[in-house]
Amino acid sequence: MQQELLRVEGLRTVFQTSSGLVRAVDGVDLSVARGRTLGIVGESGCGKSMLSLSIMRLVPQPGRTVDGKVLLEGRNLLDIPTGDMRQVRGGQIAMIFQEPMTSLNPVHTVGRQIVEAMKVHSPKDSAAALKEQAIAALKRVRIPSPERRFDEYPHQLSGGMRQRVMIAMALACRPRLLIADEPTTALDVTVQAQILDLLRELQAETGMSIILITHDLGVVAEMADDVAVMYAGKVVERTSARALFEDPQHPYTLGLLGSVPRLDEDRDRLLAIEGAVPPPFAFPDGCRFNPRCPFAIARCRTEMPPLRLVEDGHEVACHRAPIEKALAMESAA
Amino acid sequence: MSVLLEVSDLAKHYPVKKGIIRQKQVGAVRAVDGVSFSLRRGETLALVGESGCGKSTTARLVLRLIEPSAGSIRFDGQDVTGLDDGGMRGLRRRMQIVFQDPYASLNPRLTVGDAIAEPMVVHGIGNDASRRAKVQELLALVGLRPFHADRYPHEFSGGQRQRIGIARALAVEPDLVVCDEPVSALDVSIQAQVVNLMKDLQARLGLSYLFIAHDLAVVKHMADRIAVMYLGAMMEVGGKGELFARPRHPYTRALLSAIPHPDPSRRGSVTPLGGDVPSPMAVPPGCRFHTRCPYAQERCRSEVPRMREIAPGQQVACHFSETLPDVPAAQSNGLTAIAAHRLALYDAARHKVG
Repeated sequence: MQQELLRVEGLRTVFQTSSGLVRAVDGVDLSVARGRTLGIVGESGCGKSMLSLSIMRLVPQPGRTVDGKVLLEGRNLLDIPTGDMRQVRGGQIAMIFQEPMTSLNPVHTVGRQIVEAMKVHSPKDSAAALKEQAIAALKRVRIPSPERRFDEYPHQLSGGMRQRVMIAMALACRPRLLIADEPTTALDVTVQAQILDLLRELQAETGMSIILITHDLGVVAEMADDVAVMYAGKVVERTSARALFEDPQHPYTLGLLGSVPRLDEDRDRLLAIEGAVPPPFAFPDGCRFNPRCPFAIARCRTEMPPLRLVEDGHEVACHRAPIEKALAMESAA
Repeated sequence: MSVLLEVSDLAKHYPVKKGIIRQKQVGAVRAVDGVSFSLRRGETLALVGESGCGKSTTARLVLRLIEPSAGSIRFDGQDVTGLDDGGMRGLRRRMQIVFQDPYASLNPRLTVGDAIAEPMVVHGIGNDASRRAKVQELLALVGLRPFHADRYPHEFSGGQRQRIGIARALAVEPDLVVCDEPVSALDVSIQAQVVNLMKDLQARLGLSYLFIAHDLAVVKHMADRIAVMYLGAMMEVGGKGELFARPRHPYTRALLSAIPHPDPSRRGSVTPLGGDVPSPMAVPPGCRFHTRCPYAQERCRSEVPRMREIAPGQQVACHFSETLPDVPAAQSNGLTAIAAHRLALYDAARHKVG
């Protein structure tokens, strides 16, 4: 067993809205090992971004984290004072987002923004020293001629370069955990491949852990060591990346796998999941996937399935997993 | 199969001007720079490439939503480039478009029924009663309910909106549907629904699709033939099977190998292409891909490679496509037996329920 860096227990984040109580994150347990990558997969509205914001204590109003623990090396981040949390953000945990242009300030040079981020965590360093460190950070993310780029504005950079700058800023203070929320979704495939490659190299260099949030199973297969599949605010399957693809258990995971066209096989029709993700103020009773699940039985409509161990290190929240056994027993009866 | 759409040497250059009072042209953005292809009846041709390669501009040129700088477009034997507005209106009925963003392409003030009927009104097809009947028929065709006609776009999810967009395009019974990234804005499970719907509609109605996309996995699923664009020009055109099995252009190869596969055993097996796409204002001389091409030689820097037939139905614009080193075939084992078995069970159960 690898050493654990971050442990999330029973995390619950809710929004009180006019349409009712929105349970964006509803009792999530996670674990991130040192130096490893945890992929969080799910479609829009499944709560994966809200989960990462809850970890960072950046949930926007009127949202509140009402229950659970976020343990970073044993320290519960939900209990510490705001000032200490500010040191954790950017210091121990850093974050990068999907659209680098909206995260960068268009009226300041790239260099100034990196220096600004560094100053928060090492206020005593001289301007010259900070500039030197910033250029080193740009070099570390393989930006060509970093001295020149230091004085450029975000609009002068390509999308891939901007994401590199964001990564440079995020890694400036050597965080132990990087949360990457759809970091390559806005990029072209060849640039996506460059950025994923870069993240892997940087992880090997620094030994940081990564939480990678994505909707793309290909990216998960490429990057993650462990995976948590989320649906409607809950984790429905949790295992190693290899087991997720070799031994997918939850019907939602199966639906996702069937929905992606594969380059290595020809199929006439894709195995689409019927319907759409339910709105978060109207989650169905029982298993939240039951209205879309082809295997749903009466029990699924009333009783919420807990995560349970089906194999070593493989947890599934489904009454009927593994499905082939459930079906065989049914037809025998 | 007869040819429905024939495009030759199509170009769109946007002038770049400088100066406040007396503007002078200092350059041009070569968005589309001499593109030729043809689309047969009932076929899907995919235009693929990364952002800025000119694929969407090409789509808009084909519909003459923007005017080309050079080249010709023939639709069903008729030259479209010289047509006046009246002649064009008649043709537009036969060529429709489905846009990428279903949130931006529907008028929020129109009910779904009115939005779908609008193209029929514009083209003076039928009367109120017949149009209402047609709207009902179209809603059923794209998998929506009759009562949806009286609702407004904001009441629908992204996938449903894209269905409405498709129904609207089909209202005037077109021959050609240009699909500009129709599933890129949708979640994967919804993407699959829309892709399946589009394939069904093509089979039922004999539609021809010009399918613009950047996701090659989706393209492989949808297209019969594929045209790969880079920086405003065509790099390779070929049947889907050949193009995926034996890509002949270094760019096609790079594009194919960059796709992350849903298979962890293949992890880290590719070296990504370096660098960025150059600006279309400063297209490199010679082969426009040479600045990023791992096989570039002296000749590539000076001489523009012509598009040439290298195998039946497969054309490529590369000086050295015959002598490119063979790439080892992508090692992918596909699904494991248990995963495939469970997917089959899922599919069977889905049909029983539906």
